[in-house]
Amino acid sequence: MSEQTKHNISLYVENKPGVTIRISLVFARRGYNIESFVGSRSQDPRYSRINIEATGDSKTLQLMLEQLNRLVDVIHAREYSDEDVIQKELALIKVHCNSETRTEILQIADAFKCRSEDISDTTMTFQVTGNTSKIEAVRKMLDKFGILEVVRTGKVLIARGEEETSW
Amino acid sequence: MNKKQCTAATKMIEILQNQGVECLFGLPGGSAIPMYDALAQSTMKLVLTRHEQGATHMADGYARSTGKPGVVLVTSGPGATNTLTGIMTAMMDSVPMVVLCGQQLTMNLGLDTFQEADVSGMSYPIVKHSFLVKDPEELPSVINQAFHIASTGRPGPVIVDIPKNVSSALIPEDTSGEFSLPGYNPLKEVNQDDVKKAATMISVAQRPILMVGHGAVISGAVKEVQAIVEKMQIPVVNTLLGKGCFPESHDLNLGMPGMHGTAYANMALCECDLIVSIGSRWDDRIAGNPDEFLPQAKKIHIDIDPVEINKAVQVDCSVIGDAREILNSLYAYLNKGNTQRWVKQIKRLKREYPLKYKKEGKLRAQHVIEEMSKLTKGEAIVTSDVGQHQMWAAQFFKTEKSRHFLTSGGAGTMGYGFPAAIGAQIGNPGKTVVAIVGDGGFQMTLPELSTVVNEKLPLKILIINNNYLGMVRQWQHMFYENRLSGVDLEGNPDFVKLAAAYGIKGFRVKRSADVRKVLNAALAYSDGPCIIDAEVEQHDNVFPMVPSGATLDKMLLSMPRNKKLEKPTGGT
Ligand SMILES: Cc1ncc(C[n+]2csc(CCOP(=O)(O)OP(=O)(O)O)c2C)c(N)n1
Ligand SMILES: [Mg+2]
Repeated sequence: MSEQTKHNISLYVENKPGVTIRISLVFARRGYNIESFVGSRSQDPRYSRINIEATGDSKTLQLMLEQLNRLVDVIHAREYSDEDVIQKELALIKVHCNSETRTEILQIADAFKCRSEDISDTTMTFQVTGNTSKIEAVRKMLDKFGILEVVRTGKVLIARGEEETSW
Repeated sequence: MNKKQCTAATKMIEILQNQGVECLFGLPGGSAIPMYDALAQSTMKLVLTRHEQGATHMADGYARSTGKPGVVLVTSGPGATNTLTGIMTAMMDSVPMVVLCGQQLTMNLGLDTFQEADVSGMSYPIVKHSFLVKDPEELPSVINQAFHIASTGRPGPVIVDIPKNVSSALIPEDTSGEFSLPGYNPLKEVNQDDVKKAATMISVAQRPILMVGHGAVISGAVKEVQAIVEKMQIPVVNTLLGKGCFPESHDLNLGMPGMHGTAYANMALCECDLIVSIGSRWDDRIAGNPDEFLPQAKKIHIDIDPVEINKAVQVDCSVIGDAREILNSLYAYLNKGNTQRWVKQIKRLKREYPLKYKKEGKLRAQHVIEEMSKLTKGEAIVTSDVGQHQMWAAQFFKTEKSRHFLTSGGAGTMGYGFPAAIGAQIGNPGKTVVAIVGDGGFQMTLPELSTVVNEKLPLKILIINNNYLGMVRQWQHMFYENRLSGVDLEGNPDFVKLAAAYGIKGFRVKRSADVRKVLNAALAYSDGPCIIDAEVEQHDNVFPMVPSGATLDKMLLSMPRNKKLEKPTGGT
């Protein structure tokens, strides 16, 4: 089997029923696994933006992008890298704590500009925003205290400067 | 002032007529009644079929032979699911088709109500596009979109799912049919740099070959191909679906390459230094193992669909766009090279490795097909079903004109040939249309005999009757030590008596000596359809054969003696 890598794909599509099925089928047919899928209406309500992170063999990617672009409801589908765009995601992390660990956890959270959302005798829940590597870093730092749950939104993105987002 | 109103179904028929639709193929049911009602009140012709699969293949045969989209009108649930095989067949071969399906009431969708099927959900992977219409005032626009999508760019089937309350709703008579499709831009401007690069590669090639496929046929590039062949003296192979784009009787035509291609086509491919695919997608029936396909040759790919570029075979140059337009500009950039020696070599290959079979002894399918080809002189439209007879038809029926050889290539759908011939005959009333079918495949759609009778079509149905699912028997014989499993068609009807039951004239041929006489009589028969039951040698095998998944140089010219053949590595 050829190498499996993660790819970021963004799509600009018609805001119509059935669009997500048509898109998902392209991924599924070539054996791509979708890791995250974010979609919402764009500024122009006739269209939606979808960002997909998917794992699969790189050779197939070009073919899949063409297959996505071939769909009548897809205005465009492109691969992007983190350098191309401003890219953020949000995660909620629930970590186990007690009176001894609480201060240290708060310090770590502070260093990463996490927002504290909830606190109980045995848990603390934070909201983290940033790029994927930042979220991974927070997660790693909190791991030793016992992470109970992580819920992530998947990536959203916007173009830098005056440029219009074309991904 | 009250605007004048009509049902959405009535408006739909009007739009179909504006789209130039001559006739619909289909069979009604509850949720389609409003549309059939509107149809009855119009001048539009209906071809009532006996099964919805038949309707789709008829629309397909109509479309392939005329170039215009074929239109199907069926009911919801089982009516719609019966069309799926025909839709997949059309999708695989890029055939323009619009399938209008009745559907349950919008408020009943998703509730497993009577004859409700999620037609969109079931068909996503086998359509070019599909619509579920919820607003009756959108129906006119959707119908126009469906035709636009089906027939432009790389053609394909489009489903329009129409709930009964939508088709029967009243809408203003002047409801607009306009649309915009911002995500659909099938006609991109041809990149002239790519064309120039291709022209240079062709001009310097010593041993070039053109491979014309269905894309060349669809774009109508007959003159353009001819002009390039004549100017450059380049030999041509045509794929199964490319048959007829360049006359098969021409000196420089090598017929079909690939699994059951001619020996000289495959040998020439193994020797060439450049292959130019014009609207062929390097199907695995030709490429065998795409990674090892003609390593010695440079490859150029001309295709309207960017998805096809580097999909199967890696190419050195690609030009995206309409084949005809591309060939037109290509012509201007070409410098005549010197292919004299190559052409000589090609002619020698054609002389030394001709297609052959024995005319003595038992009646051979090849003999019947070759004779039919000779007697119809390239003027007949031929359809074939799927199996051994299909490959023999591809080999021995010399196709001289574009859109004159119709067969299910990509899907290999048994049951295609006969209904497709009905569609072709309806689209080409003055033409001789011959359906070459196997005894197995014919039985999959033979209820349409009623349809031919009903429509009084002078169709010739040539049954290559070997009493076997011959192609599968051949594989079991060659690669599974002749352990025959599920291929004996014991229980076949007497096809001449069957024809008689429908009031159809039947001919039978059993002996080689009678072939010409019987075929002549059948061709001369003008009082409606006829069946020719050709009882042929049962155990004949199609050669040449390149085992599936193997490279072209592994071609077998006949069954090797005393040598066990490895099981093929290809998919089917
Ligand atoms: C719908 C469908 N079912 C099964 C097959 C597999 N198949 C391919 S060729 C063939 C045999 C066809 O037999 P027949 O129509 O008698 O033609 P012959 O090969 O004998 O000329 C079969 C079963 C198919 N192509 N399509
Ligand atoms: Mg048979």
